[in-house]
Amino acid sequence: MRKALIEFRNVSFRYSEDEPWVLKNMSFTIYENEFVAIIGHNGSGKSTVAKLVNGLLFPQEGEIFIDGVPLNEETIWDIRRDIGMVFQNPDNQFVGATVQDDVAFGMENRGFPREEMVKRIGETLAAVHMLDYRLTEPHRLSGGQKQRVAIASVLAISPKVLILDEATAMLDPKGRKEIMETVAELSEQQGLSLITITHDLSEVVKVERVIVLNQGEIWAEASPREIFSKRDELREIGLDVPFVAILAEELKRAGIKLSKEPLNHEELLEELWILHSRT
Amino acid sequence: MDITFKNVTYIYQKNSPFEHKALEDLSFHIPSGSFVAIIGHTGSGKSTLIQHLNGLTAPTEGEVQIGEFKLTNEEKPKNMKELRSRVGVVFQYPEHQLFEETVARDIAFGPENFGVAPEEIKKRTKEVLRQVRLSEELLDRSPFELSGGQKRRVAIAGVLALKPEVLVLDEPTAGLDPRGQREIMDMFYELHQQEGLTTVLVTHSMEDALKYADRILILNKGKKYMEGAPEEVFTQREALQSVQLDVPEIVQFLSAFEEKIGVKMPFHNQTIEELALEIRKIIKGVEET
Repeated sequence: MRKALIEFRNVSFRYSEDEPWVLKNMSFTIYENEFVAIIGHNGSGKSTVAKLVNGLLFPQEGEIFIDGVPLNEETIWDIRRDIGMVFQNPDNQFVGATVQDDVAFGMENRGFPREEMVKRIGETLAAVHMLDYRLTEPHRLSGGQKQRVAIASVLAISPKVLILDEATAMLDPKGRKEIMETVAELSEQQGLSLITITHDLSEVVKVERVIVLNQGEIWAEASPREIFSKRDELREIGLDVPFVAILAEELKRAGIKLSKEPLNHEELLEELWILHSRT
Repeated sequence: MDITFKNVTYIYQKNSPFEHKALEDLSFHIPSGSFVAIIGHTGSGKSTLIQHLNGLTAPTEGEVQIGEFKLTNEEKPKNMKELRSRVGVVFQYPEHQLFEETVARDIAFGPENFGVAPEEIKKRTKEVLRQVRLSEELLDRSPFELSGGQKRRVAIAGVLALKPEVLVLDEPTAGLDPRGQREIMDMFYELHQQEGLTTVLVTHSMEDALKYADRILILNKGKKYMEGAPEEVFTQREALQSVQLDVPEIVQFLSAFEEKIGVKMPFHNQTIEELALEIRKIIKGVEET
């Protein structure tokens, strides 16, 4: 059995007593080395989940465990070392004068020896394909490049989990693609848990499991393939399904039987090709 | 209002070491009443182009004509204020510009500055609230108490309250969730049709450009790279990819289909439903019903 890395047990949260609950009795587990997407419309509670995981907020009810340790005001400083976060706005996360200074910053705070820092700067920048830019000033980078450096800075301190909180929302399509590819690569190579928080369903085809939030509750928890088949229900809760899922639905309506819910163009075309070549 | 750019060049910090050509020899024509999507990368000149549309900047060389207003390096329209009330610009993240104590005062700010009478402002406020689909109950609330989507609608209402004839939208859906994006775009499209507006949409989304625009203008490094109807522009996959722009997903699918199945399926702005029926025809394994 896989080891539980993040566990929410009946967690409820609200910002103050006279405001409605943002999260209601939420329970879920994220395992070691798992790649999970948390999706939901604006206001569904997904960013609150992220803030609870690294102790920027504490729940009024229920408990959160990180790698088996209960999250509270005493344990938070140790736990934060295990949790790396990348946020939405690429311009709000830079402190260094150059890319490599920026990656070094988190390690300096934690007292890494110089040799180790140099080694890790090289490794993490290479992992996000930004090694050529190590001496560049951050403001000269594109949005996608900035977010990749932000990911490298977080990776440098070897967290157990990397959380991307709408890290692609402010990027153009090219930047978005860069980040999604980088993250997919990391999930295969690095042996760390990855959580991507987004409202864009097309970004979740590569994850193992999708947790869908709606109005502070878990609405569904399943593989991307299963989630994609719920086109109408997803629309009802303010989410969009990708082109390929809509086309698959229309094909079924037109009488073309597909053996499984396609996740991408290739899978759908493969099925169509088999149908086509049968006669 | 018709919009015409004639050989427009715009140079930032001319005759300095930082001289930078943001627009270069740009010519195009937008007929009154059309819905145009302007697409290009960060740095392609989109923002500079927008600033020419309501006279925030004038061309370094060439000529911009918006309705009866003409902008050149030497000549600025005397009634610039009128131009600005007739061209409404919704900038990126427009909710960042909200500042008044109540929603009503924020919406009234623009028209007051343009000298619209208080009674008329009241009338317009009601109308624009309906157009952006917000309740009148919000009028006395502070805009800062509202949700992100509501804030954006208040900011848009403030632009609409000027009763512009041209509406310029700079990435109006950035940061919204899919439902919010769809609602805002559908709202603009309805306004475009009902009010007979000329709409200029700056976007990264090929899907939105395909869905709403009747003309597409593609900028690259300050120059016009392509111009035409969506089905003309979006079928030129290689040309778009060579400036690192994608084609809409349906066009990607059609070329992948041709490659895999070996049957050509042209793009003619078909809906996904129509596409499914076309596929059924080609896939021989399924009998016609």
